Amino acid sequence: MVPVQTIKKGLDIKLKGKAALETTTVGCVERWSMTPADYHGLIPKVVVKEGDAVKAGSPLMVDKQRPDIQFVSAVSGTVTAVVRGDKRALLNIVVKPDLRTDYLSFPKENPLDLSPETVKARLCEAGLWPYIKQRPYDVIANPETTPRAIFVSGFDTAPLAPEYAYILKGQGADLQTGFNALTKLTPGLVFLSLPDPCDAAELKGVQGVEFCTFKGPHPAGLVGVQINHIAPLNKGELVWTIDLLDVLFIGRLFNQGRVDLTRQVAVTGPEVVKPAYVRCLPGTPISTLVDGNVHKEIPLRYINGNPLSGSRVSADGFLGAYATQLTVLHEGTDTHEMLGWVMPRFNLFSTSRTYFTWLTKWLVPGKVFEPDTRVLGGERTLIMSGEYDRVFPMDILPEHLVRACVTNDLERMEQLGLYEVAPEDFALCEFVCTSKIEVQRVIREALDLLKKENGD
Amino acid sequence: MKALRNFLDKLKPTFSEGGKLSALHSVYEGFEAFLFVSNQTSKSGVHIHDSIDSKRVMFWVILALVPALLFGMYNTGYQHYLAIGLLEQTSFWQAFGWGALAVLPYLVVSYLVGLGIEFIAAQIKKEEIQEGFLVTGILIPLILPIGIPLWMVAVATAFSVIFAKEVFGGTGYNIFNVALITRAFLFFAYPTKMSGDSVWISLNEYFGFGKTVPAVDGFSGATPMGQAAIATGDSLQLTSPLGDPLSWWDMFLGLIPGSIGETSTLAILLGGAFLIATGVASWKIILSVFAGGAATIFVFNTFAVNAYMAVPVWEQLCLGGFAFGAVFMATDPVTSSRTETGKWIYGFLIGVLAMILRVLNPAYPEGMMLAILFMNIFAKLIDYYVVQHNINKRLKRATLSSNPAKTTPHE
Repeated sequence: MVPVQTIKKGLDIKLKGKAALETTTVGCVERWSMTPADYHGLIPKVVVKEGDAVKAGSPLMVDKQRPDIQFVSAVSGTVTAVVRGDKRALLNIVVKPDLRTDYLSFPKENPLDLSPETVKARLCEAGLWPYIKQRPYDVIANPETTPRAIFVSGFDTAPLAPEYAYILKGQGADLQTGFNALTKLTPGLVFLSLPDPCDAAELKGVQGVEFCTFKGPHPAGLVGVQINHIAPLNKGELVWTIDLLDVLFIGRLFNQGRVDLTRQVAVTGPEVVKPAYVRCLPGTPISTLVDGNVHKEIPLRYINGNPLSGSRVSADGFLGAYATQLTVLHEGTDTHEMLGWVMPRFNLFSTSRTYFTWLTKWLVPGKVFEPDTRVLGGERTLIMSGEYDRVFPMDILPEHLVRACVTNDLERMEQLGLYEVAPEDFALCEFVCTSKIEVQRVIREALDLLKKENGD
Repeated sequence: MKALRNFLDKLKPTFSEGGKLSALHSVYEGFEAFLFVSNQTSKSGVHIHDSIDSKRVMFWVILALVPALLFGMYNTGYQHYLAIGLLEQTSFWQAFGWGALAVLPYLVVSYLVGLGIEFIAAQIKKEEIQEGFLVTGILIPLILPIGIPLWMVAVATAFSVIFAKEVFGGTGYNIFNVALITRAFLFFAYPTKMSGDSVWISLNEYFGFGKTVPAVDGFSGATPMGQAAIATGDSLQLTSPLGDPLSWWDMFLGLIPGSIGETSTLAILLGGAFLIATGVASWKIILSVFAGGAATIFVFNTFAVNAYMAVPVWEQLCLGGFAFGAVFMATDPVTSSRTETGKWIYGFLIGVLAMILRVLNPAYPEGMMLAILFMNIFAKLIDYYVVQHNINKRLKRATLSSNPAKTTPHE
């Protein structure tokens, strides 16, 4: 048995609206869209024009800097619009789907029999490469490089996160093939971390990977935290990461010979009437996903992903490329709370013991919170110390790293471990911050700066 | 509530850019944010936030100061009536009321001057008003003797807010504790009003003002610390202003002359317990200041060559501003060490230095103020070494991992 690593620092935020373990399927949609903004730092080059017919798996755009990396349509149909915004920035590529999906066909092969180059080329061609990310910098991996190792987190601990054990049911074969492909991409190990306890037989049965087990509150399920505990990343090293649910796409490509991006997305949050799973494609309109299932009478915020590290999407937007979860929260702009900062606020969540959240843990064990998206305070300079430390289970001094990032001190960012982190690793720091500093934005900008300075 | 909201909304254009009173927009915004939690929602990053904010933190520190403030008010009245020999005929409420009215002007002056400067600074910098001074404003009167003229307090407050805080960039950027800089300024600029025998007890007729009333025979306004500092000979007997011997209980309870809020160790510890329980102040710093002080006294006791060095730990820790400094000054998160290891070292050294200055240096009856200001400078240096340790560890790891055994397949 693999020894369990216990994560002590962290925070589980119990929210209302966890998805029930039942799945509905979104049928044919009117519009499907690819949104380049889902891919951080991408400069897209459109390879289709309005009126073109595409199949599921046909490229719609490529990375201008590395044209090998293709971004493909998840549906078959007709390109109806290439939407551009200010300075001709590409906003969306909209496709009107056919009634029946026509898949571009790829060879059905066992990746274990293929060379690493073939596997890479196949993933790029099929538009699955963007799911593989690299550290440092937390960007889409460069196919020309070889990572020291690949890390996959087998569970998600974020608030209202989808249950992998439920989603993986019956998909063991695709999962295995996906991991087979991953093992071809690195001379090192492919690490798959399991939760403790783990009730997903499909996960435990994966062959050819190195297991590690983690226990503890969020962010125990974040791959960055796991890398830091298994084999921390040093300057000059490179590792790749991929979401477990995206490994399924790779498996399907080699098993079924087609790009099938269907996934079960957890539609969650306090403002969802019946939170549950929806089987759909990334790029599906949000309005279709939440149709009649949200409290429309108040201003709502839709989030591609979880409330901590997800990205905001408008009601007429589309499900994000990486989103395994859609969260709906009350926006809160209509709330004017009088003297709120001095009130007991029994219904609001806080890690501070000036509130009573710590008591509700004992008094009302099952209590769930219904937060809105208000910042609940003005932005200040860092005043309180040690706040970030309590929710940051990595061998890094978070506050000092953030300071180095704010002051653009490149040398110190490097020294303090910026290469090891992604913005999502700092989401809890940002949540607990008394001074309401946008920590994830700070880290993202610092990563971009360091990447640029290093010429990577 | 709704009416108030509507009223604020109606006023808003007047104070906004281009409005008639736009020069006061920071004041308006300050009051609006005070009355109503901003409905601004998150723009980037996390979509939900912890309900804690800097206003609440500051307010909780103020709550923790309430016992010391109330006791200080009572003690001010108590000492006054004791000095003029009328304590027997004075009720608790009379003493408290007298003291409260004597202390109140100091609070008002400190807040008016400090907040006034903060409002102006916020207006110039076009920033939101920051809450930092809410705590400083109450700390300042508590660490001053009741006999100091109000104008001096105003000058010192203005000096420290401008030169110890605003020139560094405002709340969160200051190197030194602002309240202590106020005290240090007064201590060095107007020494006769900050030490000696005549400033600790008000003998003035009306709540600290008006003409002086005669004290009873045998009265001495020296604080126990003042007595200890000038004591000669082998035995040290601390006495009350009327010459009665002081017990440990008197010092712990705080019915002794001293700075307004610093005398009652009990009230201070109540506040400290509240700060620790609510997690607002670092228990590591508070504990290590006391530990550092106690350890130093222990060394003094062991090698005592005079009566002051032989004063036992429990009495020494209750004297002067030590407890107040440990709980409310050393824990200022902005000017203290910001690493967890650093906090232990920072606190411990404050305790050590305070006792060395207090007991071994006859020029300064109390060493806490200088010890904390001194360690404010060193806090960043301590952090530097703690952070450097983390950096070195990472560097070492990088050199070791040229051997990639941990991530390659087992043979």
